Amino acid sequence: MGGLKVVFKKELSDHFTSYRFLIIFSLIWMVSLLITYMVGTSIREELTGIAKPRYVFLLLFMSSGGFFSFIQFVAFFGPLIGIILGFDLINREKNEGTLGKILAQPIYRDAVINGKFLAGVVTISIMLTSIVLVITGLGLKVVGVVPGTDELLRIAIYLIVSILYVSFWLGMAILFSIIFRSVTTSALASLAAWIFFTFFVPLGAGIVAKSFVPHGESEKTEAILRQLSIQRSVSLMSPVSLYSEASSTIIDPTKKTTRAYVLMGPFEKLSIERFSGPLPISQSLLIVFPYIISIIAITTILFAVSYTVFLRQEIRSL
Amino acid sequence: MGNPVIETEELTKVYGNQKAVDSVTFSVYEGEIFGLLGPNGAGKTTVILMLLGLTEPTSGKAKVLGVDPTRDAIKVKRMIGYMPENVGFYNDMNAIQSLRFIGELNSIPEKVLEERIEKALQIVGLEQDAKKKVGAYSRGMRQRLALAELLIKEPKVALLDEPTLGLDPDATSKMIELIEALKKDKNMTIVLCSHYLEMVQKLCDRVGIMIKGKMVAQGTIETLAKEKFGMGQEEYTLEEIYMKYFLEA
Repeated sequence: MGGLKVVFKKELSDHFTSYRFLIIFSLIWMVSLLITYMVGTSIREELTGIAKPRYVFLLLFMSSGGFFSFIQFVAFFGPLIGIILGFDLINREKNEGTLGKILAQPIYRDAVINGKFLAGVVTISIMLTSIVLVITGLGLKVVGVVPGTDELLRIAIYLIVSILYVSFWLGMAILFSIIFRSVTTSALASLAAWIFFTFFVPLGAGIVAKSFVPHGESEKTEAILRQLSIQRSVSLMSPVSLYSEASSTIIDPTKKTTRAYVLMGPFEKLSIERFSGPLPISQSLLIVFPYIISIIAITTILFAVSYTVFLRQEIRSL
Repeated sequence: MGNPVIETEELTKVYGNQKAVDSVTFSVYEGEIFGLLGPNGAGKTTVILMLLGLTEPTSGKAKVLGVDPTRDAIKVKRMIGYMPENVGFYNDMNAIQSLRFIGELNSIPEKVLEERIEKALQIVGLEQDAKKKVGAYSRGMRQRLALAELLIKEPKVALLDEPTLGLDPDATSKMIELIEALKKDKNMTIVLCSHYLEMVQKLCDRVGIMIKGKMVAQGTIETLAKEKFGMGQEEYTLEEIYMKYFLEA
């Protein structure tokens, strides 16, 4: 336990004092502030004259405001935080000869990987929490509406899901840093995985789904539904899709399902909305529960793989 | 000879199809400096890693201060100080921070640790540069810092893997003095791996010669000279003895 604490302390201090962390942190802060300001201003204009607006505060996270929403921003760029924090955690120490030195001290080998992963997760948590707090603070000032308990709870759950999501990418980057001796290779492998899951899986999902629909039946409703169902199932293989669906459902109380197959016209939408009310948080949680569990599962599996590979590696290669 | 501190029996390590260490049996006694010689790839470092419990032997036994490193590596690592061949440092730390980090990994209480850091820096002659970043250190200074990291553990046994590698003559002679002092002042048992045979001849009480994973000879330099040339050490250097074994193997 002592070894884990020492490694964790050192890694945490390394993260917070590194230029790499400061640069990415400032960048994310700037973009978040910009999004919040733009969204906040447009919300304020639209709220003029409305007596009791509901769930306005959550709009800060889900509205795009002409740019992109904070949720989309984290879904797209969040992985980069994990990758940047983890792509050289192990191989840099191998190359500099510090890993062998640490392992020659009376600590268990797993203290090194556990300490590094834990420090990364804490860094991600601090980074995302501070950003969400800043958005909340700025939102209060710009929009002028105090969030309710339900909204705050939703934001807290969204924050936890986001931390898990970025931790998945940290785990993946650590795995590559264990497998590849070269720092450049592990960085490239992590980026390739990010591109694959962000762009290729959704793209491939469409192609795979189309190939399952018999030729000439693509106009039929059943075929379209089947195609969309397959497309959705395939795209859920990507953690990016899992996170996007989970976070948008949690943040948006009016979203009652993660499946939105049928495109509606404005009148159909209006007539449906007449019968729709926001979901209580427990119901939203119920909808996204499988997604959250999936994100936890893939993060745990990935870390378990990293852990096993690291522990089984011959010390001569360390 | 004192009590055996390190004992190995038919120690073997196989990597894939290659036998890195082949049935190596030797003992190192309390307070002696044992030189482990051999060309690159002879298996010296693998033997050290097995003694530290960092890698498991394929077969055979090892004991360090009566403890089996395969069964209780943590206990062994607590008692042994290891200076690797290419020792690495966190370049953004200074010497004090580096030593504190190693001390914390060894669970040395804070108060004791501060005293040991001061003492270790004094012994290796780095007290003036203690607050400089390690990244700005010369190779010689880094080697001395590595020795200081070993000293703060106050180990009973030190395993030194090429401690003078890449050092200039001045830094080499300083390192030799420091190793001599470890034996003289602290009665430390030392296993020294080196290609610098002049230093080995000067420092070591006994040597073991490893070639292609096998321990082909061990004993005092005099004994080895007699075995190979039938005469005393004064007429032959360790280099000549070593070369004779090497060429025969």
